[in-house]
Amino acid sequence: MSNPVTATNGAQFAGIATVADAGLQGMITLRGDLSSSVLQAAVKAATGAAVPAQRKIEISDNGAAAWMSPDELLLLVPYEQAVAKTAELAEALKGEHALAANVSDARSFLSIAGEGARETLAKIAPVDLSAEAFKPGDFRRSRTAQVAAAFWLQKDGSFRVVCFRSVGAYMFNLLSASAHPQSAVGVYTA
Amino acid sequence: MLILECPYCGVKAEETELGAGGEAHLKRYGPGSDDDQFHDYLFMRENPKGVHFERWRHSNGCGKWFHAARCTMTMEVFGTYSAQTYEPPQEIKDKITAKRPGWSWREFSDASE
Repeated sequence: MSNPVTATNGAQFAGIATVADAGLQGMITLRGDLSSSVLQAAVKAATGAAVPAQRKIEISDNGAAAWMSPDELLLLVPYEQAVAKTAELAEALKGEHALAANVSDARSFLSIAGEGARETLAKIAPVDLSAEAFKPGDFRRSRTAQVAAAFWLQKDGSFRVVCFRSVGAYMFNLLSASAHPQSAVGVYTA
Repeated sequence: MLILECPYCGVKAEETELGAGGEAHLKRYGPGSDDDQFHDYLFMRENPKGVHFERWRHSNGCGKWFHAARCTMTMEVFGTYSAQTYEPPQEIKDKITAKRPGWSWREFSDASE
């Protein structure tokens, strides 16, 4: 097996927030009827997390399930287990109108941490990221500058951003520019 | 800037997050229809000053298509509704009637007239 690397290969930038390549992340796209008990059990078995509510992410010890659309979830699993977990899901969902696909290598995964994390992202996405509107566990698919992205807020106040791998380098440069030390607006600081 | 609420994910999405899909409730006639009907389906579009119905796609979001009723003159949005329908729901029609008495658009109109 070849040596897997991410699109930005461990890149990091420190400004008003720290933007970093979050490394290899197993990601499985799951489409199906989210209210089905068979699907809910399969999600629990694969990630340890429950099926999330609308625009939420459920995070467990070594996985997560995020709400992508009324019939789609993004499951996060350890990178090495993505292939096996996808097969397990397909097995568990036999007979259901559902599809699980391993998309780990089609995606880039970045993190934004620090004081200016909200501002860094708010400058490039048409989303209200104030502390009252966007809380830990909230998940949103939207647009960051010119590309589609999905992001959520962790309990520690840092963001995780998921985008297509083909725009991974663009995303890193974009977030770095948005986190430039001299670009602080201070809109979300009390 | 147009802000539409996606009926599938509840996001108040602004225009840049959406893709415009043209006029809503077009009917494509099936076997046995004549050339005029096909011509009208392809080319004849409303261009109203006032109440208008459109299709939109939450392209940088959940990816679902939905319908929107809005006013082309004031950019006022009357409401958004599911794509799985042949005509605007009564609730949307009522909202339009409340604000634009006597409105009409293709075969739909103010029911109180």
